[in-house]
Amino acid sequence: MAVLVFAESQNGKFKKNAFEAVTYGARTAKAMGTDCIALCLGVAEGADQLGLYGASKVLHNGDESLNKLDSQVYTAAIAQAAEKTGANVVILSHSSTGKSLLGRLAARMDAGSVSGANAVPVTDNGFKVKKGVFSGKAYAWYEIKSDNKLISVMGNSIQPEQTGAEVGVESIELDLPASKITVKEVKRVEGTTPLPEAELVVSAGRGMKAPENWGIIEELADVLGATTACSRPVADTGWRPHHEHVGQTGIAIRPNLYIAVGISGAIQHLAGVNNSKVIVVINKDPEAPFFKAADYGVVADLFDVVPKLTEAIKALKAG
Amino acid sequence: MKILVCVTKTPETTARIAFKDNNSSFDTDGVQFIMNPYDEWYALVRALEWKEADGGSVAVVNVGPPANDTVIRKALAIGADEAYRINAEPQSSLAVAKQIAAFAKDKGFDAIFTGKESIDYNGSEMGAMLAELLDLPYVSFANYMDVSGNSATISRDIEGGSEVVEVETPFVLSASKGLAEQRIPNMRGIMMAKRKPLNVVEPVEANDLAVAVAYELPPAKTAVKLVDPDNMEELVRLLHEEAKVI
Repeated sequence: MAVLVFAESQNGKFKKNAFEAVTYGARTAKAMGTDCIALCLGVAEGADQLGLYGASKVLHNGDESLNKLDSQVYTAAIAQAAEKTGANVVILSHSSTGKSLLGRLAARMDAGSVSGANAVPVTDNGFKVKKGVFSGKAYAWYEIKSDNKLISVMGNSIQPEQTGAEVGVESIELDLPASKITVKEVKRVEGTTPLPEAELVVSAGRGMKAPENWGIIEELADVLGATTACSRPVADTGWRPHHEHVGQTGIAIRPNLYIAVGISGAIQHLAGVNNSKVIVVINKDPEAPFFKAADYGVVADLFDVVPKLTEAIKALKAG
Repeated sequence: MKILVCVTKTPETTARIAFKDNNSSFDTDGVQFIMNPYDEWYALVRALEWKEADGGSVAVVNVGPPANDTVIRKALAIGADEAYRINAEPQSSLAVAKQIAAFAKDKGFDAIFTGKESIDYNGSEMGAMLAELLDLPYVSFANYMDVSGNSATISRDIEGGSEVVEVETPFVLSASKGLAEQRIPNMRGIMMAKRKPLNVVEPVEANDLAVAVAYELPPAKTAVKLVDPDNMEELVRLLHEEAKVI
């Protein structure tokens, strides 16, 4: 019995989601009275740091084929590592990579799985895991009944916590199958935090009237160090790129702060954002449904009030 | 090309979510059901476009009770050639995947499409599970696909961007926004759908290894605190000192 965490690296570096997953794994292992083992695949700089987040052992396989994601190859690697370490609980990040692997691993290991868990398992009576369902409108507790268990951890749902110490990285031999997928190109917008990981998000909707008006949103996001997002109509009309669309049919996010500007707050939009810790709504219509889901509201013309908010934040940062 | 599209039934996007039996099950009373948007708008339509370009057939499969036939008929009305309903009501993704994999195993599909997730349980697991059970490559979150013979070039969503991959048939794909444009069934399609085969398939044995045992609604929000538009310094102070998020 052990808990194996696949600590995902991107371009060879660990990001917050890896530290969240290891923290989650360490707490799960503690509740079960066993060890948390971290596994890194491909280039993984600073793997020894994973010990800080509670991994008692860090395993690494740097085979070149692991520098690009092929779910078949990765699944073989992680399943073998679980077998070699005797792990019956496997933890992943709920990222595009983790989501591509969770189902495969569950099928391979014949394991009950919970996708997008937002809290550490409760293990005093069975093994129960909580996750968001109905696109953020509710939560469900899942009971995993099989010996093998698979969990992916929702971003921003657990704070990475340094409870351990750096540990040496051991290499692990894995028998990797040939890949049937060729990765031709990876295009990433550099310099901004992707929405699923963002702690601060500034989002705008149809109230902006035209795409050329987005300057004030970008300035506000800039002074905050926030990521920009948008509502569905705005993405559908091509005012903003699709990867900015948050909501039921876009990306579901749970930042610490979500500032919604000129978005009325249709139920489909709320579904994707109502797990945000704090919601600020700026809208000139006091009847906008979004105010019911908001913590703070400003009833005003956004073109007037957003630049003022930007200035006030600048003053705070300068202060 | 012989393509299989997996379709599931979900509550419509504005449905009020409530629970019954001491919060142990979803209350379907008064809830309208639809075909999962990712399955209908993107997976099914892109499969139809592929067939229209290269010939072949599109089959849809659903795992569920006879009440799901309305959703399946809609897929036929949009243009699928035939449909299969596996007559079982599993409670977990893996049990559903085992049913579909057992059905698809010897049918020689060149590609299997699913939506990237269902909008009810948001698992995002089905495509990956089918790919593993059928030992096929898997391309998740596809937002664009270009096909040349047996080879597909697919763009997929990743955090903050996209990745372009190449894969040969047979493969499994999960469809994200952008892969195709939603099609509305026309009267002719609806009439033709009534004559297309909807086959009922007997299930195989598959146990649920993870089941939802209890539900919770999010705590009710306390009333919004309105801030004077002429005093954004106050909003910043609240966010900094009270909410402690900046």
